[in-house]
Amino acid sequence: MTEPKIQLDRGDSRVTHATGLGGTIRAFFNRVKAGDLGSLPVVVGLAIIWSVFTALNPIFLSPNNLVNLLFDCSTVGIIALGIVCVLMLGEIDLSVGSMSGVGSAMVGVLWVGQGVPLPVAIGVALGLGALIGAAYATLRNRLGMPSFVSTLSGLLALLGLQLYMLGSTGSINLPYGSGFVNFGQLLMMPAWLSYALALVPGVVMVASGLRTNARRRAANLSAGSSGGLLLKAAITTAVLVAVVAYLNLGRGLPWMFGLFVGLVVVMDYALTRTQWGRSMKAVGGNAEAARRAGINVRRIYISAFMLCSMFAALGGVMSSARLASASQQAGTGDVNLNAIAAAVIGGTSLFGGRGSAWAALLGIIVIQSIANGLTLLNLSSSLRYMITGGVLAIAVIVDSLARQSRQSHGRA
Amino acid sequence: MAHRPTGRTPRGEVLLSLRGISKNFGAVSALTGIDLDVHAGEVVALVGDNGAGKSTLVKVLAGVHQPTSGTITFQGRPVTMASPSAALDLGIATVFQDLALCENLDVVANIFLGQELNPLRLDEVAMEVRAWTLLHELAARIPSVREPIASLSGGQRQTVAIARSLLMDPRIIMLDEPTAALGVAQTAEVLNLVERVREKGLGVIMISHNMEDVRAVADRIVVLRLGRNNGVFTPDASNQELVGAITGATDNAVSRREGRIQAGRAQAEDAL
Repeated sequence: MTEPKIQLDRGDSRVTHATGLGGTIRAFFNRVKAGDLGSLPVVVGLAIIWSVFTALNPIFLSPNNLVNLLFDCSTVGIIALGIVCVLMLGEIDLSVGSMSGVGSAMVGVLWVGQGVPLPVAIGVALGLGALIGAAYATLRNRLGMPSFVSTLSGLLALLGLQLYMLGSTGSINLPYGSGFVNFGQLLMMPAWLSYALALVPGVVMVASGLRTNARRRAANLSAGSSGGLLLKAAITTAVLVAVVAYLNLGRGLPWMFGLFVGLVVVMDYALTRTQWGRSMKAVGGNAEAARRAGINVRRIYISAFMLCSMFAALGGVMSSARLASASQQAGTGDVNLNAIAAAVIGGTSLFGGRGSAWAALLGIIVIQSIANGLTLLNLSSSLRYMITGGVLAIAVIVDSLARQSRQSHGRA
Repeated sequence: MAHRPTGRTPRGEVLLSLRGISKNFGAVSALTGIDLDVHAGEVVALVGDNGAGKSTLVKVLAGVHQPTSGTITFQGRPVTMASPSAALDLGIATVFQDLALCENLDVVANIFLGQELNPLRLDEVAMEVRAWTLLHELAARIPSVREPIASLSGGQRQTVAIARSLLMDPRIIMLDEPTAALGVAQTAEVLNLVERVREKGLGVIMISHNMEDVRAVADRIVVLRLGRNNGVFTPDASNQELVGAITGATDNAVSRREGRIQAGRAQAEDAL
């Protein structure tokens, strides 16, 4: 290989650069040692949880149980996606459970009760979510009210609204057989489509990776190795195809899970590849620095809280389809904490500035696996709450320890 | 130290003009009736003791604080800077003393913070190339632009902050204690950079405690004391004059030594 001159980013001899496959793998281990854990704790935790539950009850790993698991993941997972947005800023929204309850009640009351077309009812629920989120952000921006307090009061107020909307009956059944309920309970992707979708990430990875490498070489920057890229894509594709094949042994891949993953992909793009996402991370890392760099910090807060409440409302809408009812119980109990726990377990820092949309996906699979496994073992919800609480505590401890390690290794 | 002719007439028009700027924080008047002019292609050094109001004045000009009273004229037009982005849009770039970098983001992200190329599909390659170009112009020694700021030393962070301020082709650049955290070579490099910026016809406002640095590059030295103007000096003003203006006392260690030296000389002359 002939190099006309030193690449722009390789001028400093003090820095070691990962070269080739071995270097890439070594760099990965060094990153982990420095506390940049990424999604490693989740994957390890998930492997442990699944092994334990499978050992206790082999049904856990059956294709149809996993399909059920994916259905359950989708509703709370969508809520967790919103939580990722506010955690990224170092804020919190404690009212997402109540907001999702209001979302599901809105669909029940407007669609079944008043005969409003379903899309309009969903639109109203999302609109209300946007409004509530904007209200939290405004309280924070204008009055300096900590989001912890404003959303805690929102939790109670929205729960009241949900109870008021459902009135004396307490619950509204959604019609079985309607497309909406089918979407939440039955609708599977055709096998060919699920396989095709399983191939997409690998193809996109290779295509965009090769394009980026070519552009970097053209701009006289160092580029990653094509071998490593192909290997990564091949592993990803193999894993995804295996998962899809296994699920297709049962009922298949739920459309609702597809919707959830689609939202995750969109949010991941928005958070990592757009100016908005960059600003979110900046505000979460150092709000004053972001303000001085000319970022409209207030608008960032508004966008994050609006997104969070809208995702919460959407999650509520999806859970009403899943349960075929809008009840007073929707969004109560552990929904709130499960959503927050999922985001944190997935690797979104409570301290702001770190996180990704994939955290919601990975985290919710952990949380729902625990819930699902314990249900299969016929354990009461009392025990389930205690165990989920313990897992959340462990996740936050890992987050704190990793943060300390990052600080001492200069990785922020 | 470079010798500079005295009374050098600033080239170009008045870029920035402050009249009667005051800033109160509650009962405390941080600034009272400050007047300041900055011409194109001129380095104005802002010196003063701790609490003289230098950083407050910089923050007013950067749009971080709004003045309680007074007018700011920029390129002949009266302006108000309601936010940092308003100041940036006018072409006033600031390197803050606390640098204001996001430690969780890498060097490229920090340099382009708020000014990212291609907002809906970030152009990382073009941004990285531009970042390296800016850093090479400053002869900076940054190991990697893809490491988070948290892994850089103080001097490297300073360089990143200065590179960021130059990104937008500003008309005026303000440096708040730019050399305080730097080593000898880096200090010289920053001072070279200040000269280069002046030669491009930009106005530079530099705050420093280091009189050597100030004399090396400043065209005028503006002294603040307790939030008020306390004289404008040329770089060849004596240390005694400057320290007197800064501290407000004519009797201090510098003046006493100066006195001893002169007395010694007088004695020596008498003895001859």
